[in-house]
Amino acid sequence: MKLFRIRGGIHPEYRKEMTAGKAIEPLPMPALLHLPLQQHIGAPAVPVVAAGDRVRKGQLLARARGEISAPVHASTSGRIVDILPFAAPHPSGLAQPTILLEPDGLDEWTDLPPPLDPFSVPREEIARRVAECGVVGMGGGTFPSAVKLDLGRKFPIDVLVINGAECEPYLTCDDRLMRECTAEVVDGVRIMARALGVERIVIAIEKNKPEALAAMAAESAAFAEVEVVPLPTRYPMGSERHLVTALTGRETPARKLTADIGVVVHNIATARAVHHAVRLGRPLISRVVTVSGRAVREQKNLDVRLGTLVSQLIEHCGGLVEPPVHYLSGGPMMGQAMPGREVPVVKGTSGILALTAAEAHERDTMPCIRCGSCVTACPCGLVPVEMAQMIRHEKLDAAARIGLLDCLNCGSCAYVCPAHIPLVQYFNYGKGRLAALQRDRRKQEMTKRLAEQRAERVERLDRERKAKMAAAKKAAAEKQEGGA
Amino acid sequence: MISTHDISGPYAHQKTSIRRTMALVMVALLPATLFDLWVFGWPAINLLVLTLAASVAAEAGCLSLAGKRLPLFLGDGSVVLTGWLLAMSLPPWAPWWIAVLGGVVAVVLGKHVFGGLGQNVFNPAMVGRVALLISFPLPMTMYVAPRPLFGAGSPGFVEGLSITFGGWDYDALSAASTLGHVKTELARGVALDQAMGGTDLMALVMGTVPGSMGETSAALLLLGGLFLIARRVISWHIPVSMLGALFALATLMHWVDPARFPGGFYHLVTGAAVLGAFFIATDLVTSPVTPPGQLVYGAGIGILTYVIRTWAGFPEGIAFAVLLMNAMTPLIDRWVRPRVYGRTLRGEPLQPRRKA
Repeated sequence: MKLFRIRGGIHPEYRKEMTAGKAIEPLPMPALLHLPLQQHIGAPAVPVVAAGDRVRKGQLLARARGEISAPVHASTSGRIVDILPFAAPHPSGLAQPTILLEPDGLDEWTDLPPPLDPFSVPREEIARRVAECGVVGMGGGTFPSAVKLDLGRKFPIDVLVINGAECEPYLTCDDRLMRECTAEVVDGVRIMARALGVERIVIAIEKNKPEALAAMAAESAAFAEVEVVPLPTRYPMGSERHLVTALTGRETPARKLTADIGVVVHNIATARAVHHAVRLGRPLISRVVTVSGRAVREQKNLDVRLGTLVSQLIEHCGGLVEPPVHYLSGGPMMGQAMPGREVPVVKGTSGILALTAAEAHERDTMPCIRCGSCVTACPCGLVPVEMAQMIRHEKLDAAARIGLLDCLNCGSCAYVCPAHIPLVQYFNYGKGRLAALQRDRRKQEMTKRLAEQRAERVERLDRERKAKMAAAKKAAAEKQEGGA
Repeated sequence: MISTHDISGPYAHQKTSIRRTMALVMVALLPATLFDLWVFGWPAINLLVLTLAASVAAEAGCLSLAGKRLPLFLGDGSVVLTGWLLAMSLPPWAPWWIAVLGGVVAVVLGKHVFGGLGQNVFNPAMVGRVALLISFPLPMTMYVAPRPLFGAGSPGFVEGLSITFGGWDYDALSAASTLGHVKTELARGVALDQAMGGTDLMALVMGTVPGSMGETSAALLLLGGLFLIARRVISWHIPVSMLGALFALATLMHWVDPARFPGGFYHLVTGAAVLGAFFIATDLVTSPVTPPGQLVYGAGIGILTYVIRTWAGFPEGIAFAVLLMNAMTPLIDRWVRPRVYGRTLRGEPLQPRRKA
C-alpha cells in the first residue's frame, strides 16, 4: 500500500529492546487495590458500593455518569474497605476519590452478561456492551470507546484504522499483545468495524515490530476487509491525525475529528478489550503494562489488575538499581510524570518507566540560537521557537494565531532542541492560560449580560409601573368626569 | 535559567547541545583553515590567534558585566566561531590592531549589545569585518600572493611577528584579489577577456591566489559545507538558493553582454561566495528558521552580492549582502511560514471532506 508523506517527526532512541523480547507475565495478586473513580476522559463514575460490601470479580463498583464517562469494575473478588481521596497517577499528585478493594484471594467471577454474537446482533448492541464494560482508549487517551464506536451514526465513516504504531520509545505492550493475543486482537478489530458499519480496516504497525507485523498479517489473511500495513519507524507516527494522513492522504481539518474525514482510529489493546467485552462479557479490569527504564533491575511486560500500585510492579521487577530521576506513566515523549510510586495503575497506563539521569539527558536551558531544528521536527508545521517567545512575553493571543492550539504536545521540538528549552512546558502554560482567560472572558460577558438584563428589567418594570399609574390616573379622571 | 523539565515532557532528549553544533561547524572549517594557514604562512597564523584571543576576551568581559555564568557560556563555542570566521574574512597579513579591533567590535557591538547569544540581529563576524572595511579600507584590501609556509619567500616566525606588529612594510609584496583586479580593469574600460587574462579559475578553486583566508580554497570550503549538510547542522536551502541566485544572475548578465560581465562560474569561485554560502549566511541566529524562509533569504543574499560586486564601489559584497538580509530576517520569519496541519496556507481550517 502506498503511504502518504507526513511532515517533520524525529527518530528518538527507541530502547524497546529491553522489553520487546519479554513475554507478558501476570503480576501476583496485590494485598490492596486502589480504583480511582476517574480513569477516563469525561465525568467521574458514581460509586454503587459502600465500605464493607463484598464484591466479586467484574462486578460494577461505580456507574458511568452521563454521555462521556465510563464505569469502574472490581478487578478481583473481595471487600470494599473504603472510598477515599487517594493520589492519582498525574503530575499534580492531587488526590481523587478512589475505591479501596481488599482481595479475598478467591478471584471469583461475578455473573457476567451473556456473550454476544457481534455479527448477528444490531450494531448499537455492540457499543452498548462496550460502554457497559467500561472500555476506554487504552493507548493513553482514555476516551470512552463506546462513544467512538457510535460515531458511525453521526458521520459517514468508511475506514477503521487500528493504531499499532506504538511510536513512543520504551513501550512494547501493544507489540506483545499483537504477538501473543493475535486472534483476540483481530477479532476485536472486526467487532469494532461491525459496530461502526465500516467495510475497510487498516491495521498499521511500525516496521520496528517485524514479529507483530508477521503475526497480525497471518491472522488477518482470512479476512479480506483487513489490511495490515507496515509503517516507517518515526515519531509521532502514532498520532491519530498523522497516522490517518499517512494511510489515506486525508488531512483532518483544524479543530475537527478524524471522523469528519471518514476515519475512526482505535488502539490495539482497546481492540482486545472489546473482544473480551463482546465475546465473553468481561469488563475492563486488567491491562498489559510495560515496566521499563534503566533504573529498574529487570524490565518486563506485566498483565496487571487495574488499581495495583506502581510500587508493586517495580518490586516485582526486582526493584531499582539506582534512584530514577523520573517515574513516568506512559512513554517518555508524551507520558506524564507521576508524583511517586504509590499511585495506582489505571486504564490508560501503558507503561511505567523509571528513568536514570543518563537516559533522560536533561541539561541546563541555554538561550535559543534560532537553529530551526524545532521547525523541521514539528509534524504540524508550527514554528515552536516563535510560539515559545510569544508565550514568554504573555502574548497568548498572538501565539494562538500562529497555531498554539494546533500543537499536539508530541514533544518532538523539545526533544531535538540543542539549547534544551522546555518548549512543551511553554505550550502547556500557554494553553492553560488561554483556557483560563477564555473562562474569565466568558464569565465577564455573562456578568455583563446579566447586569444589562437587570438594568433593562428594572427600567421596564419602572416603565410599566409608570404606565400603569398613568393609566390608573387616567381611568380615575375619566371616572370622575363620567361621574360628574 | 528555567528548570521545569520535571513538569512537562518529553523526558528523553537528543544528545545534542549548542556546543556540539558549534564544534561541528569548526570541524567543517578546519581543512580550509589549515590549508590557508599553510598558504599564507606565519602572519596568517598570528592573525587567527590574535582575532580569537581578542574575541574571547571581549566575550568574557561582556559576560561578566552581564553577570552570566562564564564557564557555561564561554564553553558554548559560539565566540570562538565568531572570531574564527572574522579572521577568515580578513586579509591574511593584516596588522595586529585590525585583529583586535575587529574581534572586539564583532563581539561587543555585533553580539552583546543585543543581549548576547541568540539575541543578535546581525552576523557578528560580518559586523566586525564591515566596520573595519569602512573605517580602514587600505589595510583591509592589502592582499598578498600565496607564500606557502617553509617555502621560498615565506616569512619565518620572527619576520611573521614583525609583519603582524607593524615592524615590516610589505607594500612591495601586495597583490590584488581576483575580484578587485578584474573590477579595477573593467572600470578602466579594459575588455573582460583582457581583464581576466591570466585568471586561472582552477587556482581560484584550489585557493592558490591572493585574497582573504576564507576567500580562497573554494574546494575545501565546499567540502566542509557538504559535511555540515550531511551532519544536519545546516540545511541545503540557504547555500543552494544563495549560490543558485548568484550563478543565475551572473549567467544571465554574461549572456546579455559577454564583454562586460563575467560568467556564473567565475562568481562562484571568486571572493567569499562559498565561505559565505555555507558558513556565513547559514549563521543560525541571524537567518530565518523556516525552510521556505531560508530560500528567500539565501536568494536575497545571492542577488545583493551580485549587485554590489557588479555595480557598487566594493569588489566583494558578501558581507554587505548578508548584513542587509539579516535585517530582513524578522520580516521573512513573519511572512514565510510552513503550512499548519489541518489548515490552509493562510491559516483557515481545511474544509471537512464531504462524502461522495
